[in-house]
Amino acid sequence: MTYRVHPSERIAHRVDRNHFLCLLSEHIERGRLLFDTEDLRPYECDGLSAYRELPWIVALPETIEEVQAVVRLCREHGVPVVARGAGTGLSGGALPIANGVLLSLAKFNRIIEIDRANRTARVQPGVRNLAISEAAAPYGLYYAPDPSSQIACTIGGNVAENSGGVHCLKYGLTVHNVLQVRVVTMDGELVVLGGSGYDSPGYDLLALITGSEGLLGVIVEITVKLLPIPPCAQVLLASFDSVEEAGGAVAAIIGAGLLPAGLEMMDNITIRVVEDFVHAGYPTGAAAIVLCEFDGIAEQVESDLLKAREIFRAEGATEVRQSTSEAERKTFWAGRKAAFPAAGRISPDYYCMDGTIPRKRLPEVLRRISELSAQYGLVVGNVFHAGDGNLHPLILYDANNPGELERVEELGGKILEACVEVGGTITGEHGVGIEKINQMCVQFRAAELAQFHSVKAAFDPAGLLNPGKAIPTLHRCAEFGAMHVHRGQIAHPDLERF
Amino acid sequence: MDADLSESLRQAVAEATDSGTPLTIVGSGSKTFYGRPSSDSVVGTAGHAGVLRYEPTELVLTVRCGTRLSDIESVLAECGQMLPFEPPHLGENATLGGTLACGFSGPRRPFAGSARDCMLGCRILNGKGEMLSFGGEVMKNVAGFDISRLMVGAMGTLGVILEASLKVSPKPERELTVCFERSIEEALNTMNLWCSQPWPLSGLAYDGSRIYARLSGSDRAVDAVYRKFGGDVCAEGDEFWRDLREQRHEFFRADGNLWRISLAPATPALDLPGTWFYDWGGALRWLKTGAPSENVFRAAEAAGGHASLFRGRSGDGRVFQPLPNGLKALHASLKRAFDPMGLFNPARLYEDL
Repeated sequence: MTYRVHPSERIAHRVDRNHFLCLLSEHIERGRLLFDTEDLRPYECDGLSAYRELPWIVALPETIEEVQAVVRLCREHGVPVVARGAGTGLSGGALPIANGVLLSLAKFNRIIEIDRANRTARVQPGVRNLAISEAAAPYGLYYAPDPSSQIACTIGGNVAENSGGVHCLKYGLTVHNVLQVRVVTMDGELVVLGGSGYDSPGYDLLALITGSEGLLGVIVEITVKLLPIPPCAQVLLASFDSVEEAGGAVAAIIGAGLLPAGLEMMDNITIRVVEDFVHAGYPTGAAAIVLCEFDGIAEQVESDLLKAREIFRAEGATEVRQSTSEAERKTFWAGRKAAFPAAGRISPDYYCMDGTIPRKRLPEVLRRISELSAQYGLVVGNVFHAGDGNLHPLILYDANNPGELERVEELGGKILEACVEVGGTITGEHGVGIEKINQMCVQFRAAELAQFHSVKAAFDPAGLLNPGKAIPTLHRCAEFGAMHVHRGQIAHPDLERF
Repeated sequence: MDADLSESLRQAVAEATDSGTPLTIVGSGSKTFYGRPSSDSVVGTAGHAGVLRYEPTELVLTVRCGTRLSDIESVLAECGQMLPFEPPHLGENATLGGTLACGFSGPRRPFAGSARDCMLGCRILNGKGEMLSFGGEVMKNVAGFDISRLMVGAMGTLGVILEASLKVSPKPERELTVCFERSIEEALNTMNLWCSQPWPLSGLAYDGSRIYARLSGSDRAVDAVYRKFGGDVCAEGDEFWRDLREQRHEFFRADGNLWRISLAPATPALDLPGTWFYDWGGALRWLKTGAPSENVFRAAEAAGGHASLFRGRSGDGRVFQPLPNGLKALHASLKRAFDPMGLFNPARLYEDL
């Protein structure tokens, strides 16, 4: 892989591994400290498996005190630490550091309390996203954010990445659904961020830590908001002859004052790949389909569906289907949810991108993607959280072809830069991690990156927490910028470079 | 009246940086009563006004900080939209900048989100006089730390908010307010029970004798819900929520100390003397009391919440719930990260910030 730790992001230390293991074992039993290559192997990557690195040591604490002890020792000896949940992240945020401790929170897997009266769940960070909704279901409640990896991903990772899902437009991201977190800071202190009510005194550190990609502290407990399960949900499947019309229909839905629970769009390449796999009955001839779901009380859902059907027709839909049963609703969604595995079925490898754009710029961004796709000779399918402008281009490739992955990365980088160009952002929900760290140099100017580094230093002065992720050093950006100028392909000559 | 004063504001901050002169950031001045007193030289943001971009079909609005809330609301209303957090104005000329800095949200907050929830991006001046942009004009954005939301409720101590991009939402087709006579214990139980059921609620308050519930949705849905939900229709429902939001309800018409206490909504009534008004389904409690600050802070903390002296005078100068030491240290280092010379609104939030 072309990713390398940038020299300016490397934390050097001369601590002997055996010595450090001895120190750790005073606080954590030996059996929960891993150091044999064989034992370290499962931790060498997260969901972005193209990047791999064996950690120095893996620690599997079971208590907050143990986390505090590990963090204190790391700080004392200048050893970097990377926290990890289920390792399903798609941006390499949990990629280990060769000379650092990988702090796995897998053993923090307990749902501590479901508070029915206050509609909250207090859970440990290693609890799976879906497990929270399962535990809350007997009370008629659920946890709203539903990233597509929700069977496996942990809530701790969701907070670290500010994960989204298909229901964000109506129900918000992780940051809108978390009330309180307990965090071990780099000096080993346990602090509580957020409140038991809807706010807390002082700065909104809860918002700041959400999505901070493990750079500011280790989250050891989380209280999330639970919502009443909507009694009714129905989905429309609308087909269009062009992506432009589909995009127009989405805008018309929002402009008409409707607030769908889910509003998703897929292009023709994805429709065909998916249909071949799950047989959801998708119209394979359509240029694009839009899935539009409403939930709530039956009367509201009925009036929303009626309005939405009219809008789709007026906007040129060639066909509008409405789910007539819960089973059919699930079938309509099955295709969307299977988009990634379906891609995996027809292509040896695929690379999932994650940009966000103002929705109205969708047609031109898709055109640009299709030009780039032709230029690089790589097939790109697109799934789109149309409601909130979050685009997931899926690049199909074969890693066994020499140089292909590098071409994919370059194409991916170009796609993200196209997103920034239309006023969007390089990551909507997957995080920067290591994957998009170079593109951060395109998204932000030097002074803004410097401000991020000051915020980081306020929590972690020695920069030991997840170094080399999320926020690039100015040195890295200087080199990245120079590289682009050298190739004469600089995307934004107007942007400040350094 | 729209004007771009960002350059002159930047200069004002740069000069303050050179001379080390602390600045009090003031929009329309409608919220000067809130927080600890600040009496440094003033940098006015009210003139820095205007709607920069508004895309109804993207549900995003970008405005300069000095734009009046009332102007924003009329622009949105033309397209059938609104600010979801139903911000209290607390003054005719209240600006968006001041509202965000104070982090105020109105009765719709538990159901539609808070001011910080709606914050998508901002342009700020930090304490070095640098103009910085964070977040953006899209719903989902996880590039870099969430500085935009950190600005909300920071009382201007971390920087001058120059522009903000907000998520807006469609106005419900219809709203209906219904009332129920209840005792306080019954009221807390009832309100929390309703919140655990899928009613289309958008407001839930208790004035000491009656629960006020606001239902929102399509005509058909609201009619259907009302048939099951019951209660007495409150003919002046809109006025009730507006008066509550603006603190013009008769509960607020009194001198003396007014406390704002934020708690888990089902927390039983607190044992503090005085008169109470419950909003946010019980999660926000207004208290008129002469009790010493110490007692109020202690009671709020013991119940797992926090208190602030919203209006009035405290014996010891404390307005906001004291922070535990670990958090205090983080606040101090974050303040230094944005405003190393301590120029912005010194001591407005806490004595040492």
